[in-house]
Order: sequence, then structure tokens, then C-alpha cells
Amino acid sequence: MTFRAICVAVLLAVTTFASAQAAEIYAIDTQGQHAFVEFRIKHLGYSWIYGRFNDFSGEFVVDRENPANSRVEVEIDTASVDTNHAERDKHLRGKDFLNVDAHPKARFVSTSVERGGDGTGVIKGDLTLNGVTKPIEIAVEEIGHGPDPWGGYRAGFLGKTTLKLADFDIDYDLGPASRTVELTLSIEGVRR
Amino acid sequence: MKLRNTPSTYGAVHIVLHWLVAASVIGLFALGVWMVELGYYDPWYNRAPALHKAFGIVLAAVMLVRLLWRWGNGVPEAEPGVRRWETRAAHWVHVVLYLGVFASVISGYLIATAKGAPVAVFDLFSVPATLHGLPRQANVAGEFHTYIAYGLIGLAGLHALAALKHHLIDRDATLLRMLGLKRPPRTEQRREA
Repeated sequence: MTFRAICVAVLLAVTTFASAQAAEIYAIDTQGQHAFVEFRIKHLGYSWIYGRFNDFSGEFVVDRENPANSRVEVEIDTASVDTNHAERDKHLRGKDFLNVDAHPKARFVSTSVERGGDGTGVIKGDLTLNGVTKPIEIAVEEIGHGPDPWGGYRAGFLGKTTLKLADFDIDYDLGPASRTVELTLSIEGVRR
Repeated sequence: MKLRNTPSTYGAVHIVLHWLVAASVIGLFALGVWMVELGYYDPWYNRAPALHKAFGIVLAAVMLVRLLWRWGNGVPEAEPGVRRWETRAAHWVHVVLYLGVFASVISGYLIATAKGAPVAVFDLFSVPATLHGLPRQANVAGEFHTYIAYGLIGLAGLHALAALKHHLIDRDATLLRMLGLKRPPRTEQRREA
């Protein structure tokens, strides 16, 4: 092998390694409970009701050099809906809302990631909820990233979006103030 | 009318408890079927389930009294002319009816208390949660509650038809004595006097 060939091979290896390094894969830290899928909806227009999904999983890829390479995927067990009220949660799991027997999973898969300059960005993707898949946009803010005290490396984001319930075939009449629900994803991932 | 049961008649306490439970079971069933279909803005949306739960707890208490009274008192023997298989079938229907009432109250209680909240009985007192926090507890208990309730009301219908059959076809006093309309036979009256 010529010196030139060796140089090319080394260069190739280094660039491949570098690009692999640039795209970091993170598993959402549900085990340590550092991730939350929360929602809120107006009650009669007089106050907010907060709820969350307790069981979900997912991963995301962060590529700081080439943000277009970044992506995120989250799968939610819809039956884990929790608003701290037994009968309301029962109702939410039923046919009027989440239909969890027919549609036990909700899923978000990103289709594009745009980064703004100030640690914010927009993730576009497909949300499947109640068996209906619709494109949505999530406004994202990077909260922080860096090494943790236990030898790992973590990154965390906060995503917010608003869903029209009717878009996902949820048309139970909760009143005019309660036709949209705000979804907040507070996600921390541990780098693989 | 005597308060206690005799070997051939029901006493006043047993009769009152029987009809109280019958009215409660039918009323709770109708209320339950109606209330689950109420819209969010219906004035009864919150009140109907609250009443359903409160009366359910009251029914359980009445059933406990009834069970103790039954065990302490015994029940009259079958009317003359009633066949052995009828007596046996009736006995098992009664056993399942008792179990059904308790099972429907317990399953309903497990819905309401699935997240650890107590069940309020009017504004008088509340029954605390015991078993709670199981995965999807409210939904699983809810399915049991529905099936048990429909089964119970079906069996109660059979029980009522059987009573009518005794009254109209066999022309015996099986139904009349639960209405307190059958007099004890003379020999018995004399013995008790």
C-alpha cells in the first residue's frame, strides 16, 4: 500500500468516525424518570386540567453539525393516561377519547428537524393518536447537555405543541374552550 | 305479622329487607345504565354517579344486615307441592343473587377508589379506598361491574318470573308469603301462641 493510499484510508476512517460522533443517539431516560409526556386542557374555560402519560419510550438523535440528521421517535402507552382521578382516567381510556383497546399506542416520528440559533428549533413529524396519523409541529428548546456525575452523557429538551382533538377523531363535547389540548414533552436522554 | 321468620312464613323484617333490596337493585341498575350516557354538560353528570355510589354503599350495608338476619332466623320451608328440583334451583338462584349484589357493589367500589380516593356517601361519611393503584384498575373493575350488573338483573328477572309462575300456574303461596299475605296455618299459630 502506498503512503498516499494509507493517508486516504486514515482520512476516510477519521471522517467516518467524526460524522458518527456528530450524530449522537440518546435513549429517553424513562427508567430514571427524567422524561415526561404531559398535557393540559381547559376545564369549562375556567381552569386548566393537567395530565400525563406515565409509560412511554423512545430515542432521539442529535447532530449538532448537521441538524437535518437529527430525529426523534417516541411511543406512548395510551392506557397509562393519568389525571389523578380514577373515573376520569377510565373515561379517557374509553371510546369517547383515546380508545386504548383499539389503539394502545400513540407514536410520534419526526420527519424534519430545524435548529434555530438560540437553542430553539422546530421538529416536524407524524403523530399517530387514536389510530389517526397527522403531521404536527413541535416547538423545541434545548435545556442543556453534558456529562452526568455517573459516567454518562445527557441531553434534555422541552417540546410544546397544541393538538386539535377533532383532528384525531376525538369529538366528545367538553365545551367550546376544550377543543384543543396542549402537549408538553420534557425529555432527557442518555447517550448510547 | 311477626317480625321473625317461621317455618312457613316470612317475618316483617325479612319482607321489608327483601323489597328494599329489590327496589335498590332495580333502581341502581336503571340509574347506572342512564348515567353513563350523560353528556358532559348535563346537570346530572356529576350528581347521578354520586347518588349511584352512595346508594350502592347503603345497599351493601342493607345486604349485610339481611344476610345476618337470614342466618340468625332461617328461612321458611318450600310451600307444599313445590318439587325438589324447584327448591334446589331456587336455592342456587338465591345464592347467586346474594353473591351478585355483593360482587356488583365491590366491583363498583373498585372503580371509584381505583386511584385511592374514598367513596362519599351523601355528605354523611366516606368509605376509604383499600385495593387501589392496580394497572387500569378502573377500567377492569368497570367491565366486571357492567357484566355483573347485567347478569344480576337478568337473574332477578328469572327470580321474579319464577315467583309469578308459583302464583299464577302452581297457585301456591310462594309469592304471597313474601308479600306478608299468607297467614300461618292454625296448628302453627296454636303452637306459637
